[in-house]
Amino acid sequence: MMRVWKFGDDIDTDAIIPGRFLTIYDPRELAKHAFEGTRDEFGREATGGDVIVAGRNFGCGSSREHAPLALKGAGVTVVVARSFARIFFRNAVNVGLLPVVCTDTDRIADGAQVTVNTKEHYIKADGKKFPIEPVPEFMQGIVDAGGLVEYAKQQKEVPICTKSRR
Amino acid sequence: MGQTIVEKIFSKKCGKAIWSGEVVMTPVDGAMIHDITGPLAIQKFYEMGGTKVFDPKRIIMLFDHQIPADSIEAASNHIYMRQFALEQDIHNYDINEGVCHQVVLEKGRAAPGEIVVGADSHTCMYGAVGAFATGIGSTDMGFVLKFGALYFKVPEAIRAEVSGTFPARVGAKDLILAIAADIGADGATYKAIEFCGDAIARMEIPGRMTCCNMAIEMGAKAGIVAPDTITWDYMKKRRKMSPFIIESDSDAKFAETRSYDVSDLEPQVAIPHNVDKGVPVSKVAGTHVDQVFIGSCTNGRFEDLAEAAEVLGKKKFAPSLRVIVIPASRDEYLKALDAGLIKQFVKAGALVEAPCCGPCMGGAFGLLAPGEVSLSTSNRNFKGRQGSTEAQVYLCSPATAAASAMTGEITDPREV
Repeated sequence: MMRVWKFGDDIDTDAIIPGRFLTIYDPRELAKHAFEGTRDEFGREATGGDVIVAGRNFGCGSSREHAPLALKGAGVTVVVARSFARIFFRNAVNVGLLPVVCTDTDRIADGAQVTVNTKEHYIKADGKKFPIEPVPEFMQGIVDAGGLVEYAKQQKEVPICTKSRR
Repeated sequence: MGQTIVEKIFSKKCGKAIWSGEVVMTPVDGAMIHDITGPLAIQKFYEMGGTKVFDPKRIIMLFDHQIPADSIEAASNHIYMRQFALEQDIHNYDINEGVCHQVVLEKGRAAPGEIVVGADSHTCMYGAVGAFATGIGSTDMGFVLKFGALYFKVPEAIRAEVSGTFPARVGAKDLILAIAADIGADGATYKAIEFCGDAIARMEIPGRMTCCNMAIEMGAKAGIVAPDTITWDYMKKRRKMSPFIIESDSDAKFAETRSYDVSDLEPQVAIPHNVDKGVPVSKVAGTHVDQVFIGSCTNGRFEDLAEAAEVLGKKKFAPSLRVIVIPASRDEYLKALDAGLIKQFVKAGALVEAPCCGPCMGGAFGLLAPGEVSLSTSNRNFKGRQGSTEAQVYLCSPATAAASAMTGEITDPREV
């Protein structure tokens, strides 16, 4: 069972990975500096399967993909938040870090033992179940393909403006 | 039912009526990469099986965040991108031209009705000339480099209707800080903000750039001003194209409309650590400042430097603080030089650096130590944005920055 790392509202990408580390692209190296200066123990203690739980507007600010990469490098595979900033949400999906929306994140405590069930759409923290929203359909297609890189590898051409997948 | 300007741009591009909420794979007219997000985008392009980019002429490459290279890693990243430019026949502005968003616009690489993406969140600035422009991550950019298209969820729009005449020493930055405080840091998430009204109609392109630039600070996908005579006049020197009308229909459906009147607007300051924490300058006047930064894609243009210089006059900056001035581009630098502004700043005690992002991104130089306070004309005041997470960043206009730099504390520019 993995633990919850609890954060508040408006966690920006400068907090997730400060600007001075942006010459690094290796997720594991980035992970060492994740939340540096904001929550130093995260880089040292986060382990595979841990879950970030946050409030509104997680990942606001810069478009740096280093942010979801740093979290992924730390072993985090799911971020649960009340809401996400747009670019972070999309970057997360693209690099294979699952962003999940849950309106009950204020009821989940730091350090709680947690499991996330994306098939049945719930998160279980310290024994309590909370519903999570499914990933939007067109994003799910990218997730199903194994991320945008895998999706793109499979395509010689893309269906430009011809159909909309809602 | 009528369409918003954003829906019209997508409809035109796709050759059929497109409405907000639709997800469309849309070709792009331009794609910008810089030294921070570019290397990863190129790497993703290769991982996606890319061999030749979709169109080298539509790719804008330059370095602005860590220039001249501030580390061996940065220098190596620059080399990686230079090689890619050579291999793909992409024109690379390298370290020579300035901050990406300013360069894209002044070189005419974004135009009315176009769709432009950039691997940088402040790409929304190109809405100042009536383009739909949005920031994307490196993997999305890798996809764009390969296919020249990207999935877009066409955003609804918020109409920000701005009326009135700005009081002296109050301008576009004060307006956008007030709008951000009103809409909130996530109030426009997944939406576009269309700026309109008589105050916007009178506003020149630099002010519109400042407003559109900061649309992202409300979570917006884009900021946009419908092209008008001011826009076409700006484009005339930069791009061969005939003016046309593209604007929101009177019966277009907006997510909401918000009205603002600038006639009584006070200079605004966003206090730490969020951009939507804008307050009138009077509320924080007297706050001690250690460093003032006048520059960035938000406020590093000639007009911004002139606004600061007008407040400064023949006086000196306070010896108790550091003043860093960085023009947003080579062109803006030259204009400031010709007008004597650079001499004026240097004589007053400022450090003038070559065009780049400077302290804004907190990675290159001008970093803050714990406990220090920065007053900055840039766009973000997040904790740790300009160095230590125990430092504080306040955001303001060039006029307020200049006035405060003269006194050593946050000062109303109308009182110096």
